Amino acid sequence: MSTEKNQKLLLTGNEAAAEAAIMAGCRFYYGYPITPQNEILTHMATRMPQVGGTCIQVESELAAINMVHGSAAAGARTMTSSSSPGISLKQEGISYLAGSELPCVIVNVQRGGPGLGDISPSQADYFQAVKGGGHGDYHTIVLAPSSVQETADLVFDAFDLADCYRNPVMILGDAQLGQMMEPVVFNKKQNPNLYKKPWALTGANGRRKNVIKSFYPVKGELEEFNAKLQKKYRQIEAEEVRYEEINTKKADIVIVAYGTCARICKEIVKIGEKLNIKIGIIRPITLWPFPCDIIRRVSERVQAILTVEMSAGQMVEDVRLSVSGRCPVHFYGRTGGGIPSPKEILEKILEIIPIKEKVTCAT
Amino acid sequence: MTEKVILAGLGGQGMMLLGRLIAQAVMLDGKNVTFFPSYGTEVRGGTAHYHLIVSEEEIFSPVIEEADTLIMMNLPSYLKFKNFLKPNSLLFLNSSMIDKIYNEMCIDIFRIPATKIANDLGNVVASNMVMLGAYNAVKNLVSVPTFLSCLKNVLKGKKAPFFEVNKLAIERGAEFIKNSNLVNSHQLH
Repeated sequence: MSTEKNQKLLLTGNEAAAEAAIMAGCRFYYGYPITPQNEILTHMATRMPQVGGTCIQVESELAAINMVHGSAAAGARTMTSSSSPGISLKQEGISYLAGSELPCVIVNVQRGGPGLGDISPSQADYFQAVKGGGHGDYHTIVLAPSSVQETADLVFDAFDLADCYRNPVMILGDAQLGQMMEPVVFNKKQNPNLYKKPWALTGANGRRKNVIKSFYPVKGELEEFNAKLQKKYRQIEAEEVRYEEINTKKADIVIVAYGTCARICKEIVKIGEKLNIKIGIIRPITLWPFPCDIIRRVSERVQAILTVEMSAGQMVEDVRLSVSGRCPVHFYGRTGGGIPSPKEILEKILEIIPIKEKVTCAT
Repeated sequence: MTEKVILAGLGGQGMMLLGRLIAQAVMLDGKNVTFFPSYGTEVRGGTAHYHLIVSEEEIFSPVIEEADTLIMMNLPSYLKFKNFLKPNSLLFLNSSMIDKIYNEMCIDIFRIPATKIANDLGNVVASNMVMLGAYNAVKNLVSVPTFLSCLKNVLKGKKAPFFEVNKLAIERGAEFIKNSNLVNSHQLH
């Protein structure tokens, strides 16, 4: 495959994620097969040798995440990917990466759960991705693309964010995004040397030794380290929130949805226009840090907010926290591989709007 | 203009390749496109199916609920997807493998003996290209030269000798439609 700049290619989300990583300067990839993300591993197996990189199909997800730990500690750009059950297996490693402040990118192409679940699209790993997943007080930066092009763009940015904050970054996609083909253009400039890594383990010849660790047994040291981490997380919350806002200015109702669900909800905006219902959308692109402020501001002027997810209701909790009772927050979700159809979402909206009107009349 | 096509057939009948090449060709013609394949737990002898959406506007969900066109290569595929038809859909059937069906929706059906035409050309595998020729003769969605250059990209090296038969198959599919009378009313809506 040739990836000349600005050339338009037809790729699956998985292939786009892999190619974007290579273009961002990732030269160490470790993966273990699981549907629906196998194309990332196969693409890396083809491409890494061509660019002088390393792709290893390892013996387990644990091996993959710990090899990422090693490559990241040595200062390299590195990535692993899996789908939901595999990402569960990686959680210990992700906690260690966060605790060691190591930059890396982890791609989760979500499938239905719990347990082995199925291979259909799902968004039921939201809690795991944004609330930690592993043990300890930590966060990964979580980016949620909603098209193949955005998958490529966000994977590219993920490496910069990881290096900038010395923090793991997770790409939270789903089976539909991973398997679907769309046109994609790789138009970002590669700059892997943007962030110097004086902390990396590169051999201590001529300088003082560096130490990468997440173990602080001396009383007080760990609390001090946690305070430093929390300070970093507050900075990320202040500077890195990303979202897309559609039609929210005069909306009667605003839908909050991310990834595949957001795509489907965009169709509702058009249908709403025909029915004279003004529907807006807030699409969080960073799930952590969560776009609380915009949701709070919008909640002050709309009749209601509807959260749509391919889960039993996970992101809706963060929406409710952001809204803090300023307007009713409703939820519509499908689980286990069910994808909400525009018709179902519209029915839910028609259910909500009249109810709200009655409340307005009574007060 | 938005065209939603479901392609389905027996694994090996080349629907994946056909759909990908159409998607690639319309992309190069500057249109938006999504191509969503079935994946994972398919079984040998089962149906492989693909959702292809082409539009000049933004495409939202890549999953089709009502199809403008069905291209069906065998009977199990047709039975699985006939519920995706709407009153003005077009149905392209590989009549070599789908015998008689009841036209419940009174829609326009194009019955193309694709397997037979491909077999007569000496390569049964090219039945997918016969269907493309027929489909395109009706809908005129793909520019054939762009499509052929995409095909040439796939059939490189050892596979290069297969290019000619595929090109012929496209032409035969188109001729078959032109020799029947249904075509005029459906030239690109």
